[in-house]
Amino acid sequence: MKLEILNTLNAERAARRAVAVVTDIASGEQRLVKAADVAKDPLADLLEKRLRMAKSGMEETPKGNVFLTIHVPSPQLVIAGAVHISQVLGPIAKLLDYDVTIVDPRTAFASAERFPDVKVVAEWPDVALPSLNVDHYTAFVAVTHDPKIDDPALIHALERDCFYIGALGSRKTHGRRLERLKAAGIRDDQLARIHAPIGLNIGAVSPAEIAVSIMAEITQRLRQKADKAEAA
Amino acid sequence: MLSRDEDILKAAEDWRKAGRGVALATVVETWGSAPRPVGSNLVIDNEGNFLGSVSGGCVEGAVVTEAIDVIDSGKPKMLEFGVADEQAWNVGLSCGGTIRVYVEKVG
Repeated sequence: MKLEILNTLNAERAARRAVAVVTDIASGEQRLVKAADVAKDPLADLLEKRLRMAKSGMEETPKGNVFLTIHVPSPQLVIAGAVHISQVLGPIAKLLDYDVTIVDPRTAFASAERFPDVKVVAEWPDVALPSLNVDHYTAFVAVTHDPKIDDPALIHALERDCFYIGALGSRKTHGRRLERLKAAGIRDDQLARIHAPIGLNIGAVSPAEIAVSIMAEITQRLRQKADKAEAA
Repeated sequence: MLSRDEDILKAAEDWRKAGRGVALATVVETWGSAPRPVGSNLVIDNEGNFLGSVSGGCVEGAVVTEAIDVIDSGKPKMLEFGVADEQAWNVGLSCGGTIRVYVEKVG
């Protein structure tokens, strides 16, 4: 591996951007493909699929065998709302290797006693979120039921292009939320990205079951192509 | 990727920039229950220092020896290990898998 490629590879990873290295096994030739350049690469389909699955591996191509080294930032989960669901959702997400942060300005909710194993920031979203590096490898969940907290959090998540954005609340609650966000200048195609009611429909009742349904929906969004996930 | 894999690639870059001869070994294929997944890295320098793992300790010694050759020759090598063989059993692994490891020079 040329030092130049290794340099760029490490820089991309440090910046939390996905990146791949294509190695021709027979010749040893290598090229680095940044996530932004995947679409114009000759192996675009293979790279796209492997980046989505975060899986390195050998592939047969017309030009011989290549090894695709895939580097994808570790996913993180940001939860707006230190509520009962979050007390279960945080540990579940950690088991699935997510870095978890919970944001809630209400100090009675956002206490270390209630969340012994998860990072909790007791600040308003506009203070807490900018330093959290919310990005495309972030799943974002708003579960406070309080528009003063959920709305700015959701707007931040939309601006940062999170791969999953979900908001707790019935269809009626979500309808009112959409009206508010629209009035705040958010476009319809962006609003359509918010999953609400949140979670896969598995008949969840308890906070723990709702947490499972949310994590299942996040996993689906992470691993399946968008159109397939929509159809499910 | 595990966070320690990131450290390994950073180490490869740092070692090379410090003027050491460096090789990178990568698990490119596995069959059966291999101990480390495809994409796992081991970085080796020309004095035999190494960081990371491609098999959880079972074949690292052999990879390091081959890697020093690769640093000298500059030519990449594909290594194959049946980790269920006698040697693997002797060092305490009974995972019964096979791995292929690609070793390349950094620089």
